[in-house]
Amino acid sequence: MEKAPHFVTDLAHLPTSAHGPRSATWWGTLGFILIEGTGFALAAAAYFYLMGQPETWPPGQAPPDWLWGTAQLILMLASLLPNLWTDRVAHQEDLRKVRVGLVVMSAVGLLTLVVRAFEFGALNCRWDDNAYGSIVWVLLGLHATHLVTDIGDTLVLTALMFTRHVEPRRYTDVTDNCVYWNFVVLAWVPLWGLLYVVPRLV
Amino acid sequence: MTAGTDTAVVRRDGPGLGEAETNARLARSWATPPGLWGWLSTVDHKQVGRRYVVTAFTFFVLAGLLALAMRMQLAGPERTLLSPDRYNQIFTMHGTTMMFLFAVPMMEAFAIYLVPLMVGTRAIAFPRLNAFSYWVYLAGGIMLWVAFILNVGPDVGWFSYVPLAGPQYSPGKRVDFWAQMVTFTEVAALAVAVEIIVTVFKQRAPGMSLNRIPLFVWGQLVTSFMVVFAMPAVMVSSSMLIMDRLIGTHFFNPAEGGDALLWQHLFWFFGHPEVYIIFLPATGFVSSILPTFARRPIFGYTALVLALFATGFLGFGLWVHHMFATGLPHLGNSFYTAASMAIAIPSGIQIFCWIATLWDGRPRFATPLLFVIGFIVVFVLGGLSGIMLASVPLDSQVHDTYFVVAHFHYVLIGGAVFPLFGAFYYWFPKFTGRMLSERVGAWNFGLFFVGFNLAFFPMHILGLIGMPRRVYSYPAGVGWDELNLLATAGAVILAAGVATFVGNVWHSLKHGVSAGDNPWGAGTLEWATSSPPPSYNFTHIPVVTGQEPLWTLPQGLPAQGLPVVGGLRVDQRELLLTTVVDADPDLREPSPEPSIWPLLSALAVTALFIGSIFTPWAVVWGAIPLAVGLIGWFWPKSPPDTPEPVID
Ligand code: HEM
Ligand SMILES: [Cu+2]
Repeated sequence: MEKAPHFVTDLAHLPTSAHGPRSATWWGTLGFILIEGTGFALAAAAYFYLMGQPETWPPGQAPPDWLWGTAQLILMLASLLPNLWTDRVAHQEDLRKVRVGLVVMSAVGLLTLVVRAFEFGALNCRWDDNAYGSIVWVLLGLHATHLVTDIGDTLVLTALMFTRHVEPRRYTDVTDNCVYWNFVVLAWVPLWGLLYVVPRLV
Repeated sequence: MTAGTDTAVVRRDGPGLGEAETNARLARSWATPPGLWGWLSTVDHKQVGRRYVVTAFTFFVLAGLLALAMRMQLAGPERTLLSPDRYNQIFTMHGTTMMFLFAVPMMEAFAIYLVPLMVGTRAIAFPRLNAFSYWVYLAGGIMLWVAFILNVGPDVGWFSYVPLAGPQYSPGKRVDFWAQMVTFTEVAALAVAVEIIVTVFKQRAPGMSLNRIPLFVWGQLVTSFMVVFAMPAVMVSSSMLIMDRLIGTHFFNPAEGGDALLWQHLFWFFGHPEVYIIFLPATGFVSSILPTFARRPIFGYTALVLALFATGFLGFGLWVHHMFATGLPHLGNSFYTAASMAIAIPSGIQIFCWIATLWDGRPRFATPLLFVIGFIVVFVLGGLSGIMLASVPLDSQVHDTYFVVAHFHYVLIGGAVFPLFGAFYYWFPKFTGRMLSERVGAWNFGLFFVGFNLAFFPMHILGLIGMPRRVYSYPAGVGWDELNLLATAGAVILAAGVATFVGNVWHSLKHGVSAGDNPWGAGTLEWATSSPPPSYNFTHIPVVTGQEPLWTLPQGLPAQGLPVVGGLRVDQRELLLTTVVDADPDLREPSPEPSIWPLLSALAVTALFIGSIFTPWAVVWGAIPLAVGLIGWFWPKSPPDTPEPVID
């Protein structure tokens, strides 16, 4: 016979899912937010670096039109309301409300993509005009990639919430998704300033 | 109560379920399916970690063969073994492979294998992401080497400076393969960094508060944060480069408002921390090996942890020292000279603590310790030439000569490869269940140490007397012949050392002495389970009471006498999550089953990355299979998990 192990506690009473920093996925999401935030910061630094090169900025072009970028800003900031609400009802594990929240967030997400398409059309530059055009397109594209991935995630989660896959862990998936959307929105604020305001200041 | 009826309902570990039954059930829950399918779909961190080790070592050997080819070419003046064009490809491939495909992935490999064992958990965090990272890394490496064999290997140096690497001076696809290889390996590295951070934050065994985390784990944690902040820089810059080359952007084109120096800034914002990303895990090897063979706890634990943090921070401040020769404003220059020298302080503290550990212990000179001592000697020499380089006037003098080549090989091989070989000898028994031969190990070390110094010391002198780096040949009669021949002889001896190691592994895998759980009498948790460990790592999650849990056991208890916790499911993969600071038990979370989707997603990523070298539309069309792959990956299995088992 083997020697009996020396048990000091029984952890059977511990819960099997939790929201926020108690769960592993939340930390994983935060890790990717750090990585992507660094990417944004470096791209923004490159923008300022390139700004020091030519005589004028933007070099002989009109800055991007206000309209769509600012509409995007307002839309995104407004989307924080349904997003935070979804986060709250997911904490309460209220399935009906979570479904509503996710459907709304999916629709809002798709709308931001439409607006983003118009933004590209109103930049007043092409990526291959000059370095200014290049960095503007990359910044907007980088952010658009984040929109696409987050919306993809939201759509899949929404589908899951209408199938038999609903279980406590799905609600923590929803709250993590809300955290990520907050990041995508908050990243847009400085980027918006960079793309639309800075060229008008210098 | 009779045991027979009980076990039918109790599906947790604990006193109610016998040890044999617990192990059998855990083995069933955590097993990787047999056969090819299992091989392709495994998410076991030990299998993935082993693959990383073998793959990274293969790249080390390949890059080493290229180094030998260079040394053969340079053994004497005006030799014609290699054409100038081949030589350019070869030194680029050597540097690129060593940095991106060997050094960083090898350090990750050890983290993937060892960190979960050292913190006392059943699996790594996000095991599917881990499997995915391996496939992506493998695909990137294969792509680069296939390109090289097809004569489209990169040829502009491992840091691909523009304008040379730009569309004007490097037409063709060579640089594009380089840039995409960077993207592959950085995706993999970033994924692993997140896994390690979460594993260390959330999955430490109960009682492993911050001041009990093994130094190896601290090293890997700080490294992972450095990866998180440094690697995006090289992804941004290599993406800009490939866009300049393929879709006509102008980031680095001065004629259209771009700037070549932007490349250098972004690249070195990654490249300098990169050296510490390689070095810090190596210090973790040293801090694991030393206490075991000095037979006393490490001297200055807290100082060593703080030195890790200091190195991590300073590592970022230093990217500018690569820009000395570009003429920074003068205040900047002296500031960065000071910062470059400041990094000597935490390194000095580490060296001091290590020597003190050895001094105060009762050292046993087994092979791992030999390599650690070799490391200390070589690294101090490398540090000295580094301090010389940190002064701007001297840097301007020997910039781009063999002095620099000698210096960074002293730092990289001394700082990383010596500890790595120590780590191979130290953990090989844990990975395989068998010991490497100690006698062959001594030969391995001797050849390696002598060969290394013979190969690289003369290069310092060559640099000082003016031999530039990256030349494929040199004229006779300028006084470089003998030193070059010496360096080549050293490289051959070094290679013999590596061959000895391969032979030792080959032989010991079959015929090595059986290792047992803890052959070295070490103190950390990876030694508290069998060698190699079972798929579920530990029968029960241990409770940690000190820095070396196996040494702080109550008098006379063997490793099996560790206090443990019960109550985790054994019929399903379940992990114990603990709180970040104190490691108090907090949550039981499921851990994913094996899956083929990480591999399929990695294949989709591969198609997208390689396709984008040829047409930008690959990014659009490639996104579709990638999306399918990711959805398959994250879609919950059906039927959903069985509900909580009955608690008896
Ligand atoms: C194993 C024995 C090794 C030998 C004999 C060797 C030899 C060489 C030589 C001769 C060069 C100079 C090429 C030139 O400037 O013309 C070189 C460059 C380089 N080596 Fe090594 N090396 C070895 C190991 C390593 C390792 C382990 C690493 C990194 C972890 C490494 C990283 C590099 C890098 C980054 C370069 C610069 C490539 C470039 O100029 O773009 N080497 N090596
Ligand atoms: Cu550096």
